[in-house]
Amino acid sequence: MSNEAETLLKVEDLKMHFPIYRGLFQRRVGAVHAVDGISFEVKRGETLGLVGESGCGKSTTGRSILQLYKPTNGKVLFEGVNLVDLTGEDLRKTRRRLQMIFQDPYASLNPRMTVEDIVGEPLLVHGVIPKEEIPERVKHLLELVNLNPAFSSRYPHEFSGGQRQRIGIARAIALQPSFIVCDEPISALDVSIQAQVVNLLEDLQKQFNLTYLFIAHDLSMVRHISKRVAVMYLGVMVELSSRDELYENPLHPYTQALLSAVPIPDPVADAKRKRVLLEGDVPSPVNPPSGCRFRTRCPIADKVCSESRPDFREVKPGHFVACHMVK
Amino acid sequence: MTAHPAVSQTIASFGEATKAKTPNQEAIERLMRNKASVMGFFVILLFILVAIFARVLSPHDPLEITSGQKYLPPMWIKETPGGKASNPDYPLGTDSLGRDVLSRVIFGARVSMVVGFVPTLVIVVIGTLVGMVAGYLGGRWDNLLMRLTDVIYAFPDLLFFIIVMVSLRDSWLGQFMNGMFLLFISLAVVNWVGVARLVRGQVLSLKQKEFIEAARAIGVRTPRIMTHHLLPNTLGVIIVLIAFRVPGLIITEAILGYLGLGLRPPANSDSMFVTSWGGLLLEGQSAINAQPWILLGPAICIALVVLAFTFLGDGLRDALDPRMRGTK
Repeated sequence: MSNEAETLLKVEDLKMHFPIYRGLFQRRVGAVHAVDGISFEVKRGETLGLVGESGCGKSTTGRSILQLYKPTNGKVLFEGVNLVDLTGEDLRKTRRRLQMIFQDPYASLNPRMTVEDIVGEPLLVHGVIPKEEIPERVKHLLELVNLNPAFSSRYPHEFSGGQRQRIGIARAIALQPSFIVCDEPISALDVSIQAQVVNLLEDLQKQFNLTYLFIAHDLSMVRHISKRVAVMYLGVMVELSSRDELYENPLHPYTQALLSAVPIPDPVADAKRKRVLLEGDVPSPVNPPSGCRFRTRCPIADKVCSESRPDFREVKPGHFVACHMVK
Repeated sequence: MTAHPAVSQTIASFGEATKAKTPNQEAIERLMRNKASVMGFFVILLFILVAIFARVLSPHDPLEITSGQKYLPPMWIKETPGGKASNPDYPLGTDSLGRDVLSRVIFGARVSMVVGFVPTLVIVVIGTLVGMVAGYLGGRWDNLLMRLTDVIYAFPDLLFFIIVMVSLRDSWLGQFMNGMFLLFISLAVVNWVGVARLVRGQVLSLKQKEFIEAARAIGVRTPRIMTHHLLPNTLGVIIVLIAFRVPGLIITEAILGYLGLGLRPPANSDSMFVTSWGGLLLEGQSAINAQPWILLGPAICIALVVLAFTFLGDGLRDALDPRMRGTK
């Protein structure tokens, strides 16, 4: 990990608990611990991959960073400013620096707006350019994402999934943000289209020096696009390291299990390798296990794992892991 | 940046940009294919025209009392058992005071159309606003507004009308526009809650959609999210609701008129609103055995208008339902 690179985003002890209300008087009976104390940094210009199985809090992390959910606790420092403290107009103005690309290209575009209105809306509400220049800028943005600018008067339902995702990307880069949360931007697309969209994201990153938080559950795609990769399990971050280090030398037993589940396109090699099989289901985030979150399914869990929560510590330069068993 | 070969190919194969159809144009096309709806639409249009040009269309003054012409039968009855012959001047006969039934039915259309449409506008505006605020802002706003609608919803409508009409009928409010104004207000007060609940439900489900989240992430202000993102996607539901609410109000007015709680008798002869179909039913029912034709006109008109709105509403619902999109 290069220490020269400037830290763009720093997340400190971020927690997002969604309260559960029950009964006649809507008493608070508990909370879903969707994200439960995670800390990490993102350097300017890099892509941080965020992986983990469904429901582990990946998307919630992305949304809490963008303040689409108000975090229960913690700090989100973006260029030194704590976004959690911002409200109202200050937050609204800061939003142009951070954008998001959504998972579902069908649900993320308003069906009653034309492409020009959708892509031009960020420009309009922030008043960055005069109103008359918006159509021209939208056409330019569509060209940037390899869409025919003549389509700008069309409605979203006339496009395919991949084209819609490009419209979503054009909307996200319209304000020239420095940080984009990509929330599983390719998981809803056909395999043939996935590569195109990923290449587009990489091109745009080079062109505009963008920083991505790339949320995904497809480990091979994350390996392709990310510089560093973070692994989440049940609301906590269990491992964070540079890409090659993580894929070649995973330290956390969960990461090892996750990587051993990635199919290898070679039947001989696939038959030879040792698979780490996890037993049981992911525990409920309403009542997460004491100590280490992963201990209920961990093949090497010990007594200490149920007693205290392992620190997220740097065991090698740039390689963080949260496990008592890793020396 | 150069386009990826596969992408430029996709663009090329997509062809030249053709004229795009807006979702609304598609909905109108689907509606036009539904014959019953189109017929309903024209029936409603006919009644609206009749209501507007009532003064021109009616052969007589609806208030003109002609002595000696009481209870004349309609033109298809030559002579009643009582020995009264029909008069071609009065095609639908006359009532107990010798007033022309046809003219009164024509003027009744005016009241029914106005009572159907004007409170509906008020209802939709209030209901949409309340439903949107409650649904989108949620929390305390939602609780406050929804408990208010629950209270109004739980109160029996007819009892409310009777209390309002009886207590305020003789006040200036009850006399303004022959009591039309009071009628509008009380209909609006009772009926906005249904719209509010429906719009709130729609907004709650839209709120989960990613495009609303996207708008927030962009930094769109709440009022604009409501007008540009929530409202256009709720409009279909609201339009269908209007189509079903209008006949409901017409029937409510007819019931109130029948109970004698509708319009007051007009003070002068050039009053805009003379009588309503409900009022005509009340006049006609006392003579239902001997002179049934007095009832016949208003009863058929009410049935026809309500049926027309129901057909139009059905068609609109099918046309605007996104799940129907693309079907022939």
